Amino acid sequence: MAAPIVQLGVTGPVIPNYGAGSSSCVVHNHFFCADWVGHNWGPVLWPALRGHVVLTLVAVAIGFVISMTLALAAHRYRLLEQPTILVTTFLYTIPSLALFELLVAPVGANVYSAEIALVSYTLLILFRNILAGLREVPAEVMDAADGMGMTRTQSLLRVELPLALPAIVAGIRIAVVTTIALATIVYTIYDAGLGVPIHTALGEGPFKTELIAAGGLTVLLALVADGTLVLVQRLLTPWAQVQRS
Amino acid sequence: MNRRDSAHNEGPSAFAQAAELQLRSVSKRYPGQHEFAIEELSLTVPAGDVCVLVGPSGSGKTTTMRLINRMIPLTSGDILLGGRSVLAREPRQLRRDIGYVIQQVGLFPHQTVGQNIATVPRLLGWQKGRIAARVEELLELVGLDASAMRDRYPAQLSGGQRQRVGVARALAADPPLMLMDEPFGAIDPINRARLQDEFVRLQEKVRKTVVFVTHDIDEAIKMGDRIAILREGGVLAQYDAPAAILSHPADEFVSRFVGADRALKRLALARVADLDLVAPNGLVGQRNAQRVSATTSARDALSLLLVSGGEPLLVVDGEGRAEGLLTIDVLEQLLSSEAAEARSR
Ligand SMILES: Nc1ncnc2c1ncn2[C@@H]1O[C@H](COP(=O)(O)OP(=O)(O)OP(=O)(O)O)[C@@H](O)[C@H]1O
Ligand SMILES: [Mg+2]
Repeated sequence: MAAPIVQLGVTGPVIPNYGAGSSSCVVHNHFFCADWVGHNWGPVLWPALRGHVVLTLVAVAIGFVISMTLALAAHRYRLLEQPTILVTTFLYTIPSLALFELLVAPVGANVYSAEIALVSYTLLILFRNILAGLREVPAEVMDAADGMGMTRTQSLLRVELPLALPAIVAGIRIAVVTTIALATIVYTIYDAGLGVPIHTALGEGPFKTELIAAGGLTVLLALVADGTLVLVQRLLTPWAQVQRS
Repeated sequence: MNRRDSAHNEGPSAFAQAAELQLRSVSKRYPGQHEFAIEELSLTVPAGDVCVLVGPSGSGKTTTMRLINRMIPLTSGDILLGGRSVLAREPRQLRRDIGYVIQQVGLFPHQTVGQNIATVPRLLGWQKGRIAARVEELLELVGLDASAMRDRYPAQLSGGQRQRVGVARALAADPPLMLMDEPFGAIDPINRARLQDEFVRLQEKVRKTVVFVTHDIDEAIKMGDRIAILREGGVLAQYDAPAAILSHPADEFVSRFVGADRALKRLALARVADLDLVAPNGLVGQRNAQRVSATTSARDALSLLLVSGGEPLLVVDGEGRAEGLLTIDVLEQLLSSEAAEARSR
């Protein structure tokens, strides 16, 4: 994995593949060339962005389903909490590049390895937040639900999960932003995500325009995703917006 | 009877008949505990009556309520609701038939007032229109403006308003039995008195069988048709009408619990019209006597007597006609006759 770094140091600015976007701005590798972005949006940046979004969505969705299942189980059977925390913490602490590389041997250098790695980093955050949200439901509220004759499933669906929603969405926000960051190194094992143009740009001098465009898109994606989730939470939990000040 | 009939005519609810509640030698010992929380508790609450449970903290009041709706299992004994053992019923179904206001109210913070009240009707699968009408009716019943309150969240209510919503929620499916665990616990004295008055008025309208828990003996006297006084260990010390408990407490514990001013509290329960007044004829000076209305409480009348230096009061009815004279002797007679009655029992 040292190759690109060596290449960066030894070779000077090489700007291949600028195709129809070639301009003096690009040739001189100026700080930012809007014309290059215009010409390469379709062939380079958009597919990378789309791939990045798909990688993230799939990882968080799968991570959420697994974490929700684990959290519901641990909510009901307290004994399951510690082992789950132990395993997910272990997964979370494995250095990300190492985990990607470790998965290549058994799974192959493909999208599955990429998703397995991304998913494993979401588990700890999501599990802890969902469980904390469920546990935060005030005892007297559960008591009232029980006293009015709700079944376990009814009180879970009508009372506990809605009340845990702010904590759950908070967990999803962290998981999404973390995954967006991690997905930039998926390129090391699988050709997808904004890591691909970032890596190419670094290998080319670095080619500033592409580096800034791809890096900027990553940051923008994280901000937009986070903002969207904040908005979604506001819409889903109107009751949390009226707390008396 | 009239009241119940008029309740029947109200919109979407058909007020169910209140049900008699009977506790038979009920005992409860929590797992891992040596002491009983409730021991051999037997009492009957007639249909439509308010039974107030009082007793020091830890005497098993909340435990008793949760035994009735089977949130916790009985250790021994039986509980009958409307003549039928609660043990024979499916617990969830039973609870939907019993309105329960828990000690901390426990409104759902994520639901509006309307949704909170609709909880049990929704569980019972009522039609949307019927639920909406019932919510409206209940909000009016507990003295809240439906249009202003229905869409608020619990966080937007005062403590007293929350308590009212809690009561409305427990009443929603028109249960034959209500369990109310210190429903006015966290309220300031002025609003508390107002809620108590409203409860008395409400109970006249809906005529539920009610088990009402309080720490406050004055509240018990005011609200209860009967008062059950529990002592530590969940033993029933006395179960009687408020006047009877005040005039002849069963033992030292009860008389300490009701307080040294129990004679005054007893007088507060009586109106001067109910006393054996002295016939107005033949007593001199009645023209100058201070007049009191027949609806004055005996306690207030005593206070007036003390201020007047023991001069008799002239009791008059609504039109100002004299009903009789009230003297200190009349009041003494009320207290001593009840005491004699108690000794002879
Ligand atoms: N879940 C439980 N497990 C074990 N013991 C319990 C449990 N709940 C209550 N107890 C005990 O049972 C006794 C009666 O408790 P309970 O809550 O019924 O009292 P209470 O009369 O409602 O008191 P308060 O006026 O403080 O509400 C107490 O000694 C209490 O410690
Ligand atoms: Mg209690």
